[in-house]
Amino acid sequence: MSLVEIHGINKSYGSVQVLKDVSLDIAKGEVVAVIGRSGSGKSTMLRCINGLEPVQAGVIRVDGTQVNDPRTNLRKLRQEVGIVFQSFNLFPHLSVCDNITLAPRVVKKQAPQAAREVAREVLARVGLEDKLDAYPAQLSGGQQQRVAIARSLAMRPKLMLFDEVTSALDPELTGEVLKVLESVASEGMTMILVTHEMGFARRFGSRVVFMHEGRIHEQGPAAAVLAEPKTPELQTFLSAVLH
Amino acid sequence: MIREFGLIDVMYLIAAARWTLALTATAFIGASLIGIVIAIARILPFAPLRWLSAAYIHIVQGTPLLVWLFVIFFGLPLVGISVNPWLAAATAFSVYGSAFLGEIWRGALVSIAKTQWEAGASLGLSLGEQLRYVIIPQSIRVAIPPTVGFLVQLIKNTSLAAVIGFVELTREGQLTAAGTYKPFAVYITVAAIYFAMCFPLSQWSRSIERKLDVAR
Repeated sequence: MSLVEIHGINKSYGSVQVLKDVSLDIAKGEVVAVIGRSGSGKSTMLRCINGLEPVQAGVIRVDGTQVNDPRTNLRKLRQEVGIVFQSFNLFPHLSVCDNITLAPRVVKKQAPQAAREVAREVLARVGLEDKLDAYPAQLSGGQQQRVAIARSLAMRPKLMLFDEVTSALDPELTGEVLKVLESVASEGMTMILVTHEMGFARRFGSRVVFMHEGRIHEQGPAAAVLAEPKTPELQTFLSAVLH
Repeated sequence: MIREFGLIDVMYLIAAARWTLALTATAFIGASLIGIVIAIARILPFAPLRWLSAAYIHIVQGTPLLVWLFVIFFGLPLVGISVNPWLAAATAFSVYGSAFLGEIWRGALVSIAKTQWEAGASLGLSLGEQLRYVIIPQSIRVAIPPTVGFLVQLIKNTSLAAVIGFVELTREGQLTAAGTYKPFAVYITVAAIYFAMCFPLSQWSRSIERKLDVAR
């Protein structure tokens, strides 16, 4: 059974339809890179998966639970689905440790000491164990994004969504974040990444999904799709981003 | 009999200023309790709550405080609810203050980026938890300077309670002026005492504003 099932979702903002009959199945352990021009609907699709954006038609299921069902406990679902944003969205008034442990303590009722241990462990995974008591403002963009990834990992999600997580970073800082993404991927995490990092998509993506004007225009195994795009739209897109 | 305006009168005025402070403090607490509810009701995604709280703010801000004092003090006894000046003033000022604090705090809450709510929601925090752990702590720094500014307004506005016979600083000034027939000296003294209460608060508000700005 697929971990993520998206069937025929439609979404509009007013008269602008941003997702048109999008369907996508993602198996456990897959690393799916979603690429496409800005405005093609890729971030919106990602945000629909954890219920941040409502859809007007279709069905989204994560691990068998229907996301767009009003009876679904989104609070429970979101413990299983981590999301990392382009702008990090750390809580500026909390230390790194509190950023990471807030949800485990409040939502999962972990004891503060146990939660701190988890924070230590996930920070070590992103290579920032020495920043436990720092504040977000004291960290570089790349470090903040790694803390955001650690914060997500601390909830032990089954699925992680990454929304252009390197786009707000200076080029010299994207490398450290990509390295963390690689290590998370190599641990078997199911990941959906909206990304402009074609190199990462090629090396670590099990699949590439190209979105164009609100539809999935082309998809397939990462290496094949990127090396031999079939549709002219993807060819145009790739030649534009690869230069 | 007309007496002199002397040190003893100044002492009486200062003593009466305690009631100004007591009314301010009571009204501020009352206004805060209602105000926080109003502010939160204004930003929650439940339309009826938003309309109700918006209506409350519009009605209170669109009517003079003096009229509220009259309604509560002179009106309520007509329907069989007796109120003393203290209770009437405390109630009227709480209601008046709650609309203003509600607006100030609503502004502080909405000044926090939507992405902070999203980050909280994505981690499984409920709406209440997002407010409590993420939004409110960050909005406090935004809210403090205008809140202290409002407190200064509140201190000065409590002088209106004099019209329903509540003996605070201004009312005591009226009584003293009538007794000594030295209105100029008396009211200058009254003004000086108000200033002595308000000025340090304004300065304090500025200094925290500066501090918060630096910490940003």
